[in-house]
Amino acid sequence: MKTHLIIGLLLLSLVVMSGCSGIKPWVKPYERNNLADPIMSLDRHGAAGSYIHHVYQAREGARGAEGGAGGGCGCN
Amino acid sequence: MKKSIKSNSILRNFVMTVLISSMAFMTQAKELSGAAPDFTLKSNQGKNIRLQDLRGQVVMLNFWASWCGPCRQEMPLMDALYKKYEKLGFTILAVNVDEDSADADGFLKSVPVTFPVLYDNDSKVSEIYAVDAMPTTVMIDRDGNKRFLHRGYKEGYEIEYEKQVKKLVRE
Amino acid sequence: MVREVVVVVTNLLAINATNSTPFFKAFFVLLITVNSILMSAVAGTLPVDSVDILYHRFDGGGMEIDGPFILVRKSIGTQVSVNGHYYIDSVSAASIDVVANASEYTEERTEVSAGVDFLHEKTMISTGYTNSEENDFVANSVFLSIGQDFFGDLTKLTMGYARGWDEVGKIESDFSEDVDRQIYKLGVSQVLTKNALMGLDIETISDEGYLNNPYRSYRYFDPADSTKFLTSVEVYPETRTSTAVAVRGLYYLPYRASIKGEYRYFSDSWGIDAHTYEVLYVHPFGRQWTLEGRVRHYSQSSADFYSDIFTHEGANDFLARDKELSTLTGMTYGGGVTYEIGQGVIPHVNKLKLTLLVDYLKYEYDDFRDVTAGGGLLPAGTEPLYEFDAWVTRASITFEY
Repeated sequence: MKTHLIIGLLLLSLVVMSGCSGIKPWVKPYERNNLADPIMSLDRHGAAGSYIHHVYQAREGARGAEGGAGGGCGCN
Repeated sequence: MKKSIKSNSILRNFVMTVLISSMAFMTQAKELSGAAPDFTLKSNQGKNIRLQDLRGQVVMLNFWASWCGPCRQEMPLMDALYKKYEKLGFTILAVNVDEDSADADGFLKSVPVTFPVLYDNDSKVSEIYAVDAMPTTVMIDRDGNKRFLHRGYKEGYEIEYEKQVKKLVRE
Repeated sequence: MVREVVVVVTNLLAINATNSTPFFKAFFVLLITVNSILMSAVAGTLPVDSVDILYHRFDGGGMEIDGPFILVRKSIGTQVSVNGHYYIDSVSAASIDVVANASEYTEERTEVSAGVDFLHEKTMISTGYTNSEENDFVANSVFLSIGQDFFGDLTKLTMGYARGWDEVGKIESDFSEDVDRQIYKLGVSQVLTKNALMGLDIETISDEGYLNNPYRSYRYFDPADSTKFLTSVEVYPETRTSTAVAVRGLYYLPYRASIKGEYRYFSDSWGIDAHTYEVLYVHPFGRQWTLEGRVRHYSQSSADFYSDIFTHEGANDFLARDKELSTLTGMTYGGGVTYEIGQGVIPHVNKLKLTLLVDYLKYEYDDFRDVTAGGGLLPAGTEPLYEFDAWVTRASITFEY
């Protein structure tokens, strides 16, 4: 039952998204110079970034949803 | 009491998804038709360059930015292509879309190119050409018509570029 | 369009025929849907080839833990990038848990991983394996994640699944218990304007097995003398399910700087609710120097079965005295400096980055007491509340090729 519900919802979003494919990007690829700047990266520090999450996880009860990636130059 | 992982069915689903989905992908080069819109832009060679003045030559119009990795990657390859086919009536116009041209010039100092670089600081020409990927390359034939479009750059695209230039130069 | 619908329906029927859990079916259907409908010839790029060498150090709460963390990424061809890391935690002092219980502690933990990123047109598939070992604990995990760019690369959707297997042991003992873990992740990052980006992340973790620390005990009032306490081994539930939802926003300031704000809400089946707020400001000076400053505030409410001191032995079905499950607040103040050298200076190296990050952490507990205070002579339950501070240092050198 739960499976059918999930698949049903997703088929619905399929229909919705096929309409959405007409949305034109409002930030053009040639307007992304600020977003492509390294200071606008969600993950600037690689190893150092993941280490501090480990420090917090070892001392706090909360865990998860610590990081992400995206934005950038959108090239290719 | 450990639960077993239903890894086999998950793996199979996953592989199927990727294989079937890959059927939906488009190829990287597209054929175009129609006149290439005219424009005039300042160049790094001192004077302004107008597209219409280049009628009779094959023009490879490339939109790039200093902050775009793949754009920077293809620059030396484009330079090699330019040097090889220039005498046969071929030119490259590299339209830079950086808001601040100093960024572009900084890059060109470390990676110099011999073809003209044009400055489209307010993106007017990028809009006219409906640039929707970085980089974008449009091949224009001797009659000033758009013939081929490349969106993005990946290693190996330069082979396609050369094939198309060869073809257009012979017309 | 007809072809896309046929593809989606075929896949749905095929997936329905398997024993996959509802989440998996949802996962794959969403992926197929996105692939088939949102057509775009542009794709993402592989991670840059790099070598990242970090020296990390934690100094506080009576503990000193430091070690190296080396992360390497290398692309093979235009579609594949492999990565690996090597990490060591070397513990050279003892925390309050250890001092209070006079038990053995681990001296060194080693962690290694190997992973692959595979880029196929607009889809990035990542997978990897991690192994962590210390003399009384082994953890293994694998993950699989899929990332997709669409809406003209303004939106990036990432979905991931990870599975972990821990073996919990005790020094000089045959004791061995297992933990089985499943992690589901969903992330969306969205370009809002030329200067703003936002992200949403959801992560659900489900553990099953022996979830407590075999060395730790809870305490209860001594029935013979209420100014004293006795201890007994903790009893934890065999399962734990948690969900974390985080939202982050990144904004480009016109004079070239960036500001990031994050909020994360966490809740789990043990009754812990936590809120995390963090602000990060990054300010570059020219092209080579960058300074940054950050502030983080963390607060959590205790687990239902946590207590600093129980009324009697076996007071509840589950009993814990792990300070990580108590009611606490944590503040972090941090700063950092980065120096970059670009192309042309070192042959074959596109970028060399030197980074130094220093953070001051302060933790205050509302219902965990310091039993070592007053030489252990204070009446049970009247000891001062525990608090500690720590300095965390990260010094790294990164090469990009």
